[in-house]
Amino acid sequence: MTATTTGTAAVRTYRDYDKPLWQRVLLTREMAIIALLAIVAVVASIAVRGFGQPITLTYLLLDVMPILLIALPMTLIIITGEIDLSVASIVGLASVLTGVLTRAGVPFEVAAIAAIVVGAVGGALNGFLVTVVGLPSLAVTIGTLALYRGLAIGLLGTTAVTDFPEFWTDLAQARVGNTNIPVVLFLFLVLLVVFTVLLHFTPFGRGIYAIGLASEAARFSGVRVERTKLILFVLSGTVSALAGIYYTLRYGNARGDNATGLELQVIAAVLLGGVSIFGGRGAIHGVIAGVLLIGVLASALRLANVTSDVINIITGVLLVLSVVASSFLAWLRKRRRAPGGTPRVEASTAG
Amino acid sequence: MFQKKHRAGALAALAVSVALLATGCAVDSGSGSSEGDGGGDGDLSITFVPKNLGNPYFDTSSTGAKEAIEEFGGTFAEVGPAEATPDAQVSYINTLTQQGVGAMAVSANDPEAICDALNEARDAGVKVVTFDSDTNPDCRDLFINQATAEGIAKVQVDLIADQIGGAGEIAILSASANATNQNAWIATMEEYLASDYPDITLVDTVYGDDDDQTSFDKTAALLQTHPDLKGIISPTTVGIAAAARYLSTSEYKGKVALTGLGTPNQMREYVEDGTVTSFALWNPADLGYLASYAAKALIEGDITGEEGDSFDAGKLGEFEVGADGVVLLGDPFVFDADNIGDFDF
Repeated sequence: MTATTTGTAAVRTYRDYDKPLWQRVLLTREMAIIALLAIVAVVASIAVRGFGQPITLTYLLLDVMPILLIALPMTLIIITGEIDLSVASIVGLASVLTGVLTRAGVPFEVAAIAAIVVGAVGGALNGFLVTVVGLPSLAVTIGTLALYRGLAIGLLGTTAVTDFPEFWTDLAQARVGNTNIPVVLFLFLVLLVVFTVLLHFTPFGRGIYAIGLASEAARFSGVRVERTKLILFVLSGTVSALAGIYYTLRYGNARGDNATGLELQVIAAVLLGGVSIFGGRGAIHGVIAGVLLIGVLASALRLANVTSDVINIITGVLLVLSVVASSFLAWLRKRRRAPGGTPRVEASTAG
Repeated sequence: MFQKKHRAGALAALAVSVALLATGCAVDSGSGSSEGDGGGDGDLSITFVPKNLGNPYFDTSSTGAKEAIEEFGGTFAEVGPAEATPDAQVSYINTLTQQGVGAMAVSANDPEAICDALNEARDAGVKVVTFDSDTNPDCRDLFINQATAEGIAKVQVDLIADQIGGAGEIAILSASANATNQNAWIATMEEYLASDYPDITLVDTVYGDDDDQTSFDKTAALLQTHPDLKGIISPTTVGIAAAARYLSTSEYKGKVALTGLGTPNQMREYVEDGTVTSFALWNPADLGYLASYAAKALIEGDITGEEGDSFDAGKLGEFEVGADGVVLLGDPFVFDADNIGDFDF
């Protein structure tokens, strides 16, 4: 960070400091998504019959839980400027492994831990190919997307394992007492705290932003770029495997095609939540709002008997708009500043 | 400051336009369904959840369902996932629970995986009918079964006997050698042939592995090996289409009879060019029609799904619930040149 601000530090025109605090907090992309989420939720409660009832919240949280979980490590990876497309395939592989091992007589808990380990190994393979071999993550994870999905389908064929301990399947759908809050939400909250602290309150997290803004500059200022990325890919694989076990229990079945296409929903939600696809920008609270926005929209539209293809179209339009909007706003800002404005340092977009 | 306001303004505009887009769709459909509720008595809203949307088989069953539901003044709706997977179906079943529909008719993508979701719906007072593909019996109120093994075996033997004049050599072109369904049907066919058609001899059973090219080659080999063959039964949709394709271009066209289980779209050209006189399958439209009336009877409390309950199903007549809450549609439907034009699946 010091590298980018040295030129302007003296005059204090740096974007983060030339506004009152309330504007810096409220007029952000994250807040815009949170506001949009609130608007859509309120409008849906009024306009869509059945959306306002408490049970909606339960189903909504249960449905988006895998996306919420995987969005956490995905946010960190995209902020470094990389991407992980293999997450849904790791979900499927973890699901199938849990199923196959359970069917073979291994206790469920052991099978689940084995699946998480395999998820971590899968993530480590991605990380190895990206950092040590030096391949672009887009190409690597497209390959492992096919590889892990192939393994998952190969292990189980077209059959499904549906026999899991009732304690665990009930737990995956249990609610806290008489409320409508699913128990599994607490698993997410724990991970949320971990990832929020990691990204926003540690040197490791500052390193993640630095890598995304300028990988070389980060390296010279002492950030261990390769190690950071490797850790993030391992985290991504581990959390995806965890999501796979949740997925298995929630739907009571282990199938090779479980969670096919989930990676697109995760990435859509992360980008919608204000994380820049070019890296270096984004925050966890925006991502959570992005995931919930997609979930609320899908839930409300299903309740309104809108077919699944229309829901996909709306999610897609939203995603394109969010990506276009950030480029458009940047362009607009530049244009307004150009005629007669005070000369600005380009690095001011680096907030 | 000036620039910031514009940025905020642009974001607000984006937010409002997306919200309007989303709710615009929602409001449209929302008002559509509430109008429907106003028409019926609110309870008779029956929603069909096929394995996936855009599948001609389920489009046909929904046509029948819609006809039935319009007859008794209920509200028909159809929702479902784009891909035939159980996890995608669960979201739609949950949504129907939230909506509190009267009943749902589901063709299950997995007998076990959607059970919890269905039972939650039943706890919330939604009646659950499965059709075409069943779940475990304790997850639903009724299963509308399209056909029994006996019915399927019998109709194919009757058709071939009729086409070859009740005497001569026939052969069977099946799916794979260990296909459970086909083997059960073939065993039943053999018994029925022995008891009712002593003049017909089953000379060979060959397996095309439900592969188009293998079935095609096996048909050719069958006709070479048995020059006196008068008819072929193929109790699999892949097999009958491949056999028909072979026969239609060979010297045996019109001389060797062919029947079995097929779909109208696959078989249309062979029925029209005279290769095949008639073949069988159940009628998906009737299946949807019956499922709708069964749902209605459950909603109105006429039946509870116990064995021995009976209910009225409009043009199809009176039906009785069998063991395990299964309602049988009846004998398979026979398609021939006169009626094949009415079907598109």
